[in-house]
Amino acid sequence: MKVSAFHLMPHRELPADFEKRHPSVWVTPPWWELADARRVGQYYNWTLDELLHAARAGFDGVCTNEHHQNAYGFMPSPNLMGSVLAKLTNDLDVAIVQMGMTLPTTSPPVRVAEEYAMIDCISGGRLVAGLPLGSPMDVNLAYGITPMEHRERYREAFELVLRAWQAKEIFPWNGKYFQLGMVNLWPRPIQEPHPPVWVPGSGSISTFDFAVENDVCYCFLSYSGARAASSMMDSYWNVVERKGLEKNPYRAGFLQLVAVSETDAKAETDYARHVEYFYHKCLHVPAQWFAPPGNQDYRSLLATNRNPVRRPEDPKTLRYRDFVDKGYVIAGSPATVRERLIEEVIKRLHVGNLMVLVQIGSMPHELTLQNIDLFARDVLPHLRQIWDDEGWENHWWPEKLRGARQAVGMTR
Amino acid sequence: MTAARQQTVTVWQGRVPLRVHVKGAGPAVVFFHGPWGLTWGPFLDALARGFTVYAPEHPGTTPGEPDAVQHVDSLWDLVLCYDELLEHLRLSEVMLVGHSFGAMMACEVAALRSARVRRLVLIDPIGFWRDDAPVVNWMLLGPQEIPAYVFREPTGAAAKALFSIPEDPEDAALARTRLTWAMGSTGKFIWPIPDKGLKKRIHRIEAPTLLLWGEDDRLVPRVYADEFARRLRQTRLEVVKEAGHAPHLEQPEVAARLVQAFLSDQ
Repeated sequence: MKVSAFHLMPHRELPADFEKRHPSVWVTPPWWELADARRVGQYYNWTLDELLHAARAGFDGVCTNEHHQNAYGFMPSPNLMGSVLAKLTNDLDVAIVQMGMTLPTTSPPVRVAEEYAMIDCISGGRLVAGLPLGSPMDVNLAYGITPMEHRERYREAFELVLRAWQAKEIFPWNGKYFQLGMVNLWPRPIQEPHPPVWVPGSGSISTFDFAVENDVCYCFLSYSGARAASSMMDSYWNVVERKGLEKNPYRAGFLQLVAVSETDAKAETDYARHVEYFYHKCLHVPAQWFAPPGNQDYRSLLATNRNPVRRPEDPKTLRYRDFVDKGYVIAGSPATVRERLIEEVIKRLHVGNLMVLVQIGSMPHELTLQNIDLFARDVLPHLRQIWDDEGWENHWWPEKLRGARQAVGMTR
Repeated sequence: MTAARQQTVTVWQGRVPLRVHVKGAGPAVVFFHGPWGLTWGPFLDALARGFTVYAPEHPGTTPGEPDAVQHVDSLWDLVLCYDELLEHLRLSEVMLVGHSFGAMMACEVAALRSARVRRLVLIDPIGFWRDDAPVVNWMLLGPQEIPAYVFREPTGAAAKALFSIPEDPEDAALARTRLTWAMGSTGKFIWPIPDKGLKKRIHRIEAPTLLLWGEDDRLVPRVYADEFARRLRQTRLEVVKEAGHAPHLEQPEVAARLVQAFLSDQ
């Protein structure tokens, strides 16, 4: 089992009436009213410190991600963060998991190949290369890419990046979206033939088809927990088996919100308002922005319209206990958390690469460090050996880090 | 009243089937529909009484052919697809009528071969951009919000004809899908701002032009009538009362009368 700490780098201090006063946390939130650059500098530094703390406390990897024009998570450049983390963890067996630089908005996309190769070189071959499609809010709304061209542009960029890493000869790229006369990447990554590739998705059928076809790790980035994800992940595994591939749990990643305290009751005291802040404010986006016309292909769109009953519930109507009961968040004592993680998430979804959102919404720095410490000390050691008895190889993890990391425990 | 006959002309190296609704007799009028698909209604019927109306469906919006739009990469491709269509239909002299996105296409087709086009009618056209009067991006609106932006009366008969969703679940799924896909298939050529260079080409249009604007257009402010008027050689603006972005659907008799008179005026 590999367990990584995931961070969104959210705005931690949105006003209480934020979601009533503003139509969206994404694309349109007014910077001048809601944020202060010096304070935001503090958020970035906390974020780096928290991820470094997780690395030192024993997590197997640290995850950053790219989003634009929002207060939900604003690392427009995940590689600025990832390169700092790479440098400062050179003494640790920790993967730098970039989840990552968005392909369809990076032009030309060899820039992704270059920057990832840089991080792989700086980190001594510890990069996991997330190659995300990007959310419609980022790609279509903030960065102006035509919704109908989003996926096709992604597929072309994906192919170009993989080839740029591996090609022994200079090659021309005569694509539909990108034309480059002489591709000759400097630097190349340390990992051969290329760093492990993860493709994050939010449950779109076409994305996990793509992941299986390309033999990469599909990562379901869900905020609705494992129960809501189970049918989606079941169909992913069906696709894997239909293609005749082994049901290796490391072929799948899953993101879970986790909040650990000494007891279940203390967890509620510690975390309830931060969890509610996350679901009520950080996910405050008009529903139609998740799928502007043309973003979903015709067949997926028709399939969605044929099954409108399975619409997710509105999280604004839910409170902390609902989020915990439904498994959106796994919170409580170490015993509660590890039991639910093992049964509901890892075993039920058959997941080998777990990502844990360790900082949730408004969660302050000190409390985040507590969450990381308790998880690393009392939960993580119980997860490490899962899958070991089945003998799977994690092909989607840097080769030099595939052995078990020694438990580190408390670092403060 | 007889229904329009349907004819499919395949263009673009056999990859793009264009279904055309044809009705009437007399001089040829080509009608380009807007972003929500073609609805043949009283307006086109009225035009068909004096003209032969050809109403093509934009690639992707024809039932059963959603992927046709995937072969049309750019606005330039789309203009040439329509150029091929007019060649196939042997329409060497035409009058063009377009609504919204379709009016922008009518301009592009007219700018390509201006000698072919005798008269041009633009109903609440898009195609330009002013920072002080942004065109609303209807693709970012919720499905419940759209009718109130397109129509003055969002619960009126015209709005229902364009946007109502059938009771039957399968029909409802198909209707929702078609509407979204029609917006995606047309939006492909205008995202994220509907200024794709018409301002550099519009001077080539020679035809006298009627600008028809719904008095209460909530998507495209009427200042854009000035943008068209100052770039075209000869224009007349008619504002249709009690209508929004689709006056030919909301006030079909009034709109048809104005358009017929303009097209017949030699």
